[in-house]
Amino acid sequence: MFLWFHKFGSPPHFYRIAGKWIPWLSSIFLVLLVAGLYGGLIEAPPDYQQGESYRIIFVHVPAAWMSLFIYVVMAFCGAIVIIWHMKLAEVVLISSASIGASFTFLALVTGSLWGKPMWGTYWVWDARLTSELILLFLYLGVIALHNAVEDKRTAARATSILAIVGVVNIPIIHYSVEWWNTLHQGPTVTKFDAPSIDVRMLIPLLLMAIAFKLFYAVVVLMRARCEILQRERNTQWVREVAGES
Amino acid sequence: MSQRLSLSQAFLFLLRRDLLLAVRNRAEYAMPLLFFVLVITLFPLALGALPELLARIAPGIIWVAALLAAMLSLDSIFRSDFDDGSLEQILLSAHPVAVLVLAKVSAHWLVTGLPLLLVAPLLAEMLGMPSEAQPTLLLTIMIGTPILSLIGAIGVALTVGLRKGGIILSLLVLPLYVPVLIFAASATENAAMGFEVSAQIYMLLAFLFLSISLSPWATAAALRMSAS
Repeated sequence: MFLWFHKFGSPPHFYRIAGKWIPWLSSIFLVLLVAGLYGGLIEAPPDYQQGESYRIIFVHVPAAWMSLFIYVVMAFCGAIVIIWHMKLAEVVLISSASIGASFTFLALVTGSLWGKPMWGTYWVWDARLTSELILLFLYLGVIALHNAVEDKRTAARATSILAIVGVVNIPIIHYSVEWWNTLHQGPTVTKFDAPSIDVRMLIPLLLMAIAFKLFYAVVVLMRARCEILQRERNTQWVREVAGES
Repeated sequence: MSQRLSLSQAFLFLLRRDLLLAVRNRAEYAMPLLFFVLVITLFPLALGALPELLARIAPGIIWVAALLAAMLSLDSIFRSDFDDGSLEQILLSAHPVAVLVLAKVSAHWLVTGLPLLLVAPLLAEMLGMPSEAQPTLLLTIMIGTPILSLIGAIGVALTVGLRKGGIILSLLVLPLYVPVLIFAASATENAAMGFEVSAQIYMLLAFLFLSISLSPWATAAALRMSAS
């Protein structure tokens, strides 16, 4: 087990394995994406209150889930970096940051597009929206810190510490914002809380969620491969890889 | 040094050194306080001097200004020590760095956080905040500003080695300040309206203890990273 861990952590090995995985993962992603979109946009019945416009949840909800999931992955990688100084975890941490920021942004944009017909406004200071916005700032902080430190390995350690501090704070921020909202909220913005979701809506939603996870996996592997090539550009194996192609 | 300092001696020594440095550099440390007063002065100018409006938003204004003032002063926790090399001495010492970090953060709070207590009542009065809310305002400043210093120390430790650390520091630290802002401002607001505030105060105390116990370790790890 540990040997496998060690072997997988070595950059040339990871580079090769990731290269093999990417086509597989991306084809499964495409199948799931098409199935999920078909199920969500065509098969699923319109909502009895929201009509057709609820269909944005098939993008919005998976994106929002991903935004949290990726931050947790980053903090997990951060812990590995701090404890074992593993180069691969550094690479995954850095590659994840901008993908996570994009998912957070996507969740915010789709949410506000949905909010316009539903709430009559693009933005309300709802608890979830606000904490998602703060999450976006946390992501941007990680990216900015990583860009500001010149030495790559030092930068990875700095972002690891920040990611761990952030993951401790996310629940605190989330619940504070929720608490703040219950105090301040005058106008009634009924939250989108279906008591039980129709199976024909649930299945495409789950398909999309898995598709988004696979998409993340594919993109993070691609970015990690680039990052590894860039970091190891002075080594023999990278010259061989570059010479081959 | 042949004679070894005990941990508490080292803590007090560092605390006294930082306070002494602050006393010698009075002008520099007065800046955040001045900034605090200035920011609050801007609000009536921008929003109009309606007494009921100002009284309504006074808790929020005072706390936002406190947040910004705290952020402005953060850089001084480690900057000069980083520049002259004493930070490396601290990291090399035989004592746990987290405890020494706590000494430096305490000194920073005594110099920048505590003075807000003196000015805040005056500003609250000028903004027309009801006098029943004053004790709560002071209590939230008392509990809240150390949290700001403790969390901010992590951010400074991460950015102290950078040339343009200042702007990044605000991006790193301000989102983490959100819970303190929410609870402190709402406690003061509730007090102004004559409601119960103990829930918010307990939450702030919980944040304080959480950050006292966790933040020095993160700060120490970040300082080791910055100094390497």
